[in-house]
Amino acid sequence: MTIQTIAGPHDYLRAQFRWRWSEIAFWLATLLPFVLAPDYLVLASQVASTALFALSLDLILGFCGIISLGHAAYFGVGAYTAGLLSTWGWGEPLSGLLLAGLAAGIVGYLTSFIIARFRHLALIMITLGLGLLLQEVANSASFITGGFDGLQGIHTWPIFAKFEFDLYGYTAYSYALAVLFLVFLLARRIIHSPFGLALRGIRENAQRMPAIGAPLRSHVRTIYTIAATIAGIAGAVLAQTTETVSLEVLGFQRSADVLVMLILGGTGRLYGGLIGAAVYMVARDQFSGLNPQYWYFWIGLLLIAVVMFLPNGILGGLSLLARRAKAAS
Amino acid sequence: MPPVFGVLFDGVAYGMLLFLMSVGLSVTLGMMNFVNLAHCSFAMLGGYVTVTLMNAFGWPFFSTLPIAFIAAAAASIVLERLFFRRFYNASELNQCLLTIGIVFVSIAAAAYIYGTDEESVHLPAYLLGSISFRGLDFAVYRLFLIAAALLITLILVFAIESTRFGAQVRAAVNNQRMARGLGIDVDRLFAVTFALGSGLAGLGGALAIAMIGLDPSFALTYLIYVLIVVAVGGLGSITGTFVAAMLLGVSDMAGKYYVPALGSILIYLVMMVMIIWRPTGLFGRR
Repeated sequence: MTIQTIAGPHDYLRAQFRWRWSEIAFWLATLLPFVLAPDYLVLASQVASTALFALSLDLILGFCGIISLGHAAYFGVGAYTAGLLSTWGWGEPLSGLLLAGLAAGIVGYLTSFIIARFRHLALIMITLGLGLLLQEVANSASFITGGFDGLQGIHTWPIFAKFEFDLYGYTAYSYALAVLFLVFLLARRIIHSPFGLALRGIRENAQRMPAIGAPLRSHVRTIYTIAATIAGIAGAVLAQTTETVSLEVLGFQRSADVLVMLILGGTGRLYGGLIGAAVYMVARDQFSGLNPQYWYFWIGLLLIAVVMFLPNGILGGLSLLARRAKAAS
Repeated sequence: MPPVFGVLFDGVAYGMLLFLMSVGLSVTLGMMNFVNLAHCSFAMLGGYVTVTLMNAFGWPFFSTLPIAFIAAAAASIVLERLFFRRFYNASELNQCLLTIGIVFVSIAAAAYIYGTDEESVHLPAYLLGSISFRGLDFAVYRLFLIAAALLITLILVFAIESTRFGAQVRAAVNNQRMARGLGIDVDRLFAVTFALGSGLAGLGGALAIAMIGLDPSFALTYLIYVLIVVAVGGLGSITGTFVAAMLLGVSDMAGKYYVPALGSILIYLVMMVMIIWRPTGLFGRR
């Protein structure tokens, strides 16, 4: 055995970027609902759009350390953009998706100037305030948003003018999964780039990064805008596949839910949000007979248990087990 | 045009409630940097203790108030021992998540026991009605609220400024490590302050029932107001918390009175501007 020479940063990034078998297996498994649970494709499409939302939160929270209690704001902007386009007579899904992403991205870019200046409690309050503010604005502007009743008359045209959205969610899940996968590829590329590495540096120590020449605020602004765009796309997917948009897409509950999913799956891991969203949504569907009030009792207990005993989420726990097994053998 | 004076009066009474519910969080946040989002759950607990004692056991209103204080303080001690203590050095994210978990559990528990309807209490007759003075009407309960909160504020200020305990609290808020170095048992001090702050929140919750109502979502709805007060007032500053609570109370009342169409937009805007303008709060140093 020769001692391996210390690899340069580019070798490190290249090694990280290589596809692993577990990843390929994960994406193959996302096709299983088509075969195993064709009755649950509608749920699966909602899982996919929520997973995309969780992924966008992971980009800022997991990789850059920006705690956000108001991430639903961008999800809501995307959902309303797609929904409004449809009610105004343009139901073409792909262009709707892009425009929704663009709208959320613009809002994200504008707010990122505030976000990048703060950390700690002030940041938590700012994100919370932004979310609440946007919800109130949408509530007041009920002549556009439909207020508490939501938008009426959303109809999404067939994809490529060919694939009609059916009642069983076949098209919806294919569409949501395809969008999730493409955006995931983009996120994966970002995270395994020098820029992604700089983001993790900001997460670990925001004071030192400027000292090694990393432009802290512009990095934060960039990733925040990207995350907002992705959140908007996720909102648009949900609006287009369910053909409903109501104030709830902007609510604090949604911001809190996505945070719970991400924590459950594991922050700072690309698959954490995806796994967390799947586990959370499927569990909620199974317990749907439960009064929502009591559902949050279990979510609360789960949150306490996760931060006390499983601080890195399901994926963190799994990788710990794997490492222990390797050490034992 | 509604009378300016009436709006001011209601706003001040409301601000006093917010102050009672926020001051404990401000001091404990300033001391330990522990982000306790479950603070309003203690206020809610105090409220439900009063409701239970009055409606199920027929206690008079005033005798339930000390019990509300003690119950919230006791609950906070238990939670501090069980959970919070292990998270003082954890990341803000984990502190947030732990305490949001506690909020969810408390809301569900309250809904399970009391249902989701708004609770009401029968105040004693001498707290009802209003007094006329030079053509202006004052609701007696709100007068009582203002007087009680002012009294508590005076006691607090005296305790913080002029007692040995207060000096230790100020030292620990100012510089926790230095205070430890001087031999102050900050952990014990924190536990006591935490219990007192939660007790005050419980008292605030009990007093709040007759003015702003009480239902299981209380823990989340007013958490946002309390956080605004704390963030605007500055961590660990009693004066700042007081001023911020008054500002929020009056501007919220004024907003709801004069421009009801805007809803809470005004409040959130004011908060954002304040935080962007002074990230450490009006009277904060950090």
